[in-house]
Amino acid sequence: MNKYFPVIGMEIHVELKTKSKMFCQCSADYFGCEPNTNTCPVCLGMPGALPVPNHQAVEWTIKIGQALNCSINKNTKFDRKHYYYPDLPKGYQISQYDEPIAVNGHLGITLKDKNNTLTEKTFNITRVHLEEDTGKLTHAGTDTLVDFNRSSVPLVEIVTEPDFENSDDVKVFLEELHTIIRSLDVSDADMEKGSMRMEPNISLSIYADKEERMKNLPKYKVEVKNINSFNFAKKAIDYELKRQAEILDKSETPTQETRGYNEDKGITYSQRSKEEAQDYRYFPEPDIPPMEFSDEFVEGIRKTLPELPAQRMKRYLNDFKLKYDDAFIMTRSVKLAENYENFIKVISQEKDLDLKKQTVEQAIANVIVNKRILATVSRDEFVKQFITMFKKVEVDESQLQTALEKAIQENPKAVSDYKSGKTNAVMALVGTVMREMRGQADAMDVRKKLEELLQDRA
Amino acid sequence: MDIFGTSLTTLKEMITGKKISSKEVFSYFSSRSQKYNPDLNAYLTLIDFADQKDGDLSGIPLAIKDNFCTESIRTTASAKVLDTFIPPYESTVTRRLKEAGALFIGKTNMDAWAHGSSTETSDYGPSKNPWDTTRAPGGSSGGSAAAVSAYLAPAAIGSETAGSIRQPASWCGIVGLKPTYGRVSRYGVIAMGSSFDCPGPMTQTVEDAAAILQVIAGHDPSDATTATEEVPDYKKKMTEKRSLTFGVPEEYMKGLDKDVEKKVEESLKVLEKMGHKVKRVSLLDPKYSISVYTILQRAEVSSNLARYDGIRYGNGRDAFGQEAKRRMMLGTYTLSHGYYDAFYKKAQKIKTLIIEDLQRVFSDVDLIVAAPTPMTALKLGEFEKYPFFGETMDVLNEAAAVAGTPAISIPCGLDSQGLPVGLQFMGNYFDEGTILNAAYQFEKETNFFNVLAEGRTKYE
Repeated sequence: MNKYFPVIGMEIHVELKTKSKMFCQCSADYFGCEPNTNTCPVCLGMPGALPVPNHQAVEWTIKIGQALNCSINKNTKFDRKHYYYPDLPKGYQISQYDEPIAVNGHLGITLKDKNNTLTEKTFNITRVHLEEDTGKLTHAGTDTLVDFNRSSVPLVEIVTEPDFENSDDVKVFLEELHTIIRSLDVSDADMEKGSMRMEPNISLSIYADKEERMKNLPKYKVEVKNINSFNFAKKAIDYELKRQAEILDKSETPTQETRGYNEDKGITYSQRSKEEAQDYRYFPEPDIPPMEFSDEFVEGIRKTLPELPAQRMKRYLNDFKLKYDDAFIMTRSVKLAENYENFIKVISQEKDLDLKKQTVEQAIANVIVNKRILATVSRDEFVKQFITMFKKVEVDESQLQTALEKAIQENPKAVSDYKSGKTNAVMALVGTVMREMRGQADAMDVRKKLEELLQDRA
Repeated sequence: MDIFGTSLTTLKEMITGKKISSKEVFSYFSSRSQKYNPDLNAYLTLIDFADQKDGDLSGIPLAIKDNFCTESIRTTASAKVLDTFIPPYESTVTRRLKEAGALFIGKTNMDAWAHGSSTETSDYGPSKNPWDTTRAPGGSSGGSAAAVSAYLAPAAIGSETAGSIRQPASWCGIVGLKPTYGRVSRYGVIAMGSSFDCPGPMTQTVEDAAAILQVIAGHDPSDATTATEEVPDYKKKMTEKRSLTFGVPEEYMKGLDKDVEKKVEESLKVLEKMGHKVKRVSLLDPKYSISVYTILQRAEVSSNLARYDGIRYGNGRDAFGQEAKRRMMLGTYTLSHGYYDAFYKKAQKIKTLIIEDLQRVFSDVDLIVAAPTPMTALKLGEFEKYPFFGETMDVLNEAAAVAGTPAISIPCGLDSQGLPVGLQFMGNYFDEGTILNAAYQFEKETNFFNVLAEGRTKYE
């Protein structure tokens, strides 16, 4: 029996792909720019410079909040969060403290185990708030270089409740979240570029009962910073659970701290101790008036929400009767799903297709999932290839009859093999018939007919 | 041509009428500034002549407080931390002035980071009061006030967090207008207390103040706290014939220097004689404004100065002066975990009460009248006797600062030592028009008792 029960919460940072930065007119697309060229007095925190919030970023944060079933705070504001770090030019980060844009949401995920059993789980979202990204430090020998190109890029922070009990759930949750963010078209959520970063908070509880566990959260918590892949998130959590269990086994309490993750070694390492809670001296940002959203404004944004992956998935399962795995694959990207639905529209107009007892939707999904035709080709090209593949074959029945007879007569060995129980021998006959028919027959149909003939003559 | 003492408005007419060139005007003030600055220490940086644009202030040289970022011109806020800081960008106020054709003659001394009411916290030594160089000009916009008083500039730009325009204007015997918070952009003004900071004109006449306000007021897309409220024609508002009701808060007449009280009472008689109504009203004791203002301002100061972490701008944190360090410590304390509710949050609540209190009185009167400061110019060095010197000097300015309402200080005579005394009119939000109207009428009636002419006699 388990001695310890994991308590895991997630903080996820997503950079928005707005045109300009959060509080100035500099481009939010800094990737690949010469260091410190994508800057201005505002994002450099120069004396006298003032932040002006990006409306698009505020709307998109509301949108993310709505997609995660949050309630949107009608009154919200920015706050200053103070700490010293060389990549933070003002000595504070403009963030949100006690009135975040969105609160109290949840996200449901479906898990599939080895036996293909599906389980639904829901995880609670504490809050979604908007803040600015920091600059970036590069350590070169004994020097540390700072690049402010990223400074003040809009950053959305999504915080979950410590609801997770294992790293597998976390991974599926993160993947689902990633798909949602991408489908909202508000962020590239590109892990490689660091536009989606994840920070698990991990501790171990002695309470097996979830309610007990939530009521008595462990006295410590370890945060693993800046992970940029779902696999690493899983590995870092698994490593931490093991490490913390070993410490607890010695009747010690793991240190409350921030740790980093070493991808090469697959281990976490201590970065800074959080023994004493940091005092960020939050207070309302006086340079930005508080925001007040009307119902119309919030509901107007809700109307722009696209069909979310889970809803689409449901539709594909219920209406298209896709297999779970196919529906899952088809809904992982909006682009793919849109192409797919476009193909359906055109192909369902086609007559004379033999879809082998599949619906159009099933057949197209199957072809895409098995990569028999790439979904990335143009619509016309896809349709052309699909029709070639599923063209109903016009069979000349008398010619087929002749070919069947001929094949049986000319292949006595195969016939006798078949009759002696080697049922696979019939395939040689099928091949002969198909050759004779120059492919103008359905192989399955030919096999059936051959078998009937051979049975009759037994 | 002798232009000594000529107002901005008149100079402007002379330049437009080609009676004098803008270059001549500039070199006139430039040579005066070079001559008298060693005595007065009004300027930290003097600026060369530059070609100017055509506009409402064509060719007018202005003195600019050194907390306004001026592109390519050293800007220190009188703090050694920024000793060599040359901004790569222009503040909205100075940009608008330049676009209106103004020239800058120099950057004026101030209390370091605007922390003070005497310029004595300047890392570059105090400015001197032109009336008596052993006295402080007031502050923090003391350099600007001294420059205008000694006619080293026809007008100046100052900024006020609580009293930093009105108090030095009063001590140097000039006109100082603090507009409504949000009426004038703070973009490019080195922040002191972000929710109070207000740029404003410091001039010889009310008309000059209106002319400058006309140029610098208005919404700025670079400052989210500026109002979108339309900017009225201030000259028109100023010259309208109006009978006004003035409220005199009893609480603000207590604790005044005898001479100051006498001059204010005399001024009330003048207002009545002019046909205005003067009535006694009651406001919250100004001591509450001191506490509220001090807590909120220190919190913002500790945050606003956090960016000077020693990584940039050349000088490190050890270059901060005593007063800045004190304010950072206090501000950090009030924002700390466990103290925030007791200090910052409570102060915000009382701020609301102060606003309601003022609104109550403004429903009954057009303007509130009071002294801008309880005493006239103090000797240099005296501020050390008061731990909260600035707050004490500005006790009568803080309600308007906390509420963000506009106010003006104008000269109303001399005390028994021959030092100028100020009179303050406070108005409701965005009602600079009424303030300017009352001040302009008062000026026409009294010529400010010749205070301005008397103040500059020594510098003729």
